[in-house]
Amino acid sequence: MAVYKRTYTRYSGPLTSERGRFAILPRYALESVLSSRFYTVAFMLALVPHLIALALIYFRSHIDALSGLGIDARALQILSIDGGFFLNLFIVETFISFFMVALLGPGLIAPDLANNAMPLYLSRPFSRVEYVIGKLSVLLAVTSLITWVPGLLLFGIQTALTGLSWSWDNLRVLVAILLGSWLWLLTISLIALALSAWVKWRPVAAAALFGIFFVSAGFGTVSNVLLLTRWGTLLNLSSAMRMVWRWLFLSETQYRIATPPFGTMPAWTGLVTLCAVCGLALLLLAWKIRPVQVVR
Amino acid sequence: MAFIELDRLSLSLGGRPILKELTGAYSGRCIGLLGPNGAGKTTLLQALLGFYPPTSGTARVLGLDVRTQIREIRHRIGYMPENDAFIAGMSAIRFVRMMAELSGLPPEAAMERAHETLFYVGLGEARYRPLGTYSLGMKQMAKLAVAIVHGPSMVILDEPTNGLDPAGRVRMIQLVREIRDTHDINLIISSHLLRDIEEFCDEVMIMKDGRVVTYCNLEEERRANRKFLQLETRGENSAFLEAAELLGCECAVDGRSRVKMVLPETVEIHDLYRLAQTHTTQIRRLQYKRDSLQDIFMKAMEAGKK
Repeated sequence: MAVYKRTYTRYSGPLTSERGRFAILPRYALESVLSSRFYTVAFMLALVPHLIALALIYFRSHIDALSGLGIDARALQILSIDGGFFLNLFIVETFISFFMVALLGPGLIAPDLANNAMPLYLSRPFSRVEYVIGKLSVLLAVTSLITWVPGLLLFGIQTALTGLSWSWDNLRVLVAILLGSWLWLLTISLIALALSAWVKWRPVAAAALFGIFFVSAGFGTVSNVLLLTRWGTLLNLSSAMRMVWRWLFLSETQYRIATPPFGTMPAWTGLVTLCAVCGLALLLLAWKIRPVQVVR
Repeated sequence: MAFIELDRLSLSLGGRPILKELTGAYSGRCIGLLGPNGAGKTTLLQALLGFYPPTSGTARVLGLDVRTQIREIRHRIGYMPENDAFIAGMSAIRFVRMMAELSGLPPEAAMERAHETLFYVGLGEARYRPLGTYSLGMKQMAKLAVAIVHGPSMVILDEPTNGLDPAGRVRMIQLVREIRDTHDINLIISSHLLRDIEEFCDEVMIMKDGRVVTYCNLEEERRANRKFLQLETRGENSAFLEAAELLGCECAVDGRSRVKMVLPETVEIHDLYRLAQTHTTQIRRLQYKRDSLQDIFMKAMEAGKK
């Protein structure tokens, strides 16, 4: 019978598992993302640094092949594929993943809240936690594909090209790629979701996300200068992340501040800052993601 | 079996008590929830959906406790909220399908039922349009589709005819009646419109200040009230009234020709016409004072004041 001739009947078929139900939200969101040319182009561009890194890793191991082609590749000989190489790659990726989150994040929760869709989601066997995990996994899935997943691939390729001894000597890099990426992605994703829930208006939420990163960085520097302290550095989230990156990739427990007042900061303070920001974002989400808002 | 049971259910929001020790078991197929603004109707519905945890006491929906089994309850409930609730950029089919999947339907079944349900509510031709472009009436129908797409055992409709034009209202009433009559579904409908509740519901719960002040079966009320008559006679009526009293009627004469009469169960109106013919009394007007829902509502409000 044609679909349009059917009438309403009760459903008596099988039900899906409750465990994976949060994955419905990212599936729908990713369908939208992938159907957009803009996002596809942005995603491809985000992979460019990894492609460059791949080329460098490959040619570093095949300098003779380049010489054979008549290309002077002596400069590559001073390039060392180690923690520093991956650190620089991930500092670039920090900014690219931030821009990807800024593109996607504000549009995830704001439309649901602005259109009062929360009662519809939460009147189903679907909790607030699952909702947040579902939305978060959209950002984590997309940004993972441009950070730690290609990072691990590069690590694997370098291992294949140079042998297991390199891998063993640089095991720290592997851990740093995973831990550092997850920490950064969680931080920016949670901030983006919290702003999306708080502001409810996509362009303003995106602007607020940029504001948090760039204005707070400026505010931190000014605080350092005016109050003659170094702790203002922690207001700059990318500096906080850089402290953690350097700690993870290079074992540097002290972070050198490059702007006045010069000095050092313990790297763990960056980790604490990022964790605190994540906690704050979760609190904001817990406050805003409710089936109905109680007006006192 | 009662499908809603309230056991000293109290709920406070922002420190203000909204529901106050509600107790009762309600088994009507379609229950209308009435009350003035701020009576606690929507809060009660939202408490049944687990949106707010009870401050004290509890409620059971379809035999499941809202405190401990809210997930199971939500599997079996459909909810149509009062206000606009949708995602503006999404097409109706995609939105309804997603909601069906969130209720646990596999993707293929969800897609099939989304199509069926949107045709059922009359949005078949507009199902690929973004919800943001829908008229108010279409949005109401889309909300109804979302509420029933997963085939729930109980549907909660909050102001289903809100903002509908007369044709839309008639369509909504038809659909809700059809759902009530042809499917094994319990309905709770909250509305300000007494006429709608009369159209939809067989039982009515009237709330005021966070308490249930009246719960009645509309059909029984109507049947009871049908025995209360107001007559206007012409000519001598004393013999007619005596004969009526002998039949067991209670009569009260108001002036010379107006009579108020309560009939016993065994006496029907045609018996009175026969008596009037026998005693040559003309019955010029006869109306049974049918307590409308408005009367029941007003009485409940008065009782609430006392």
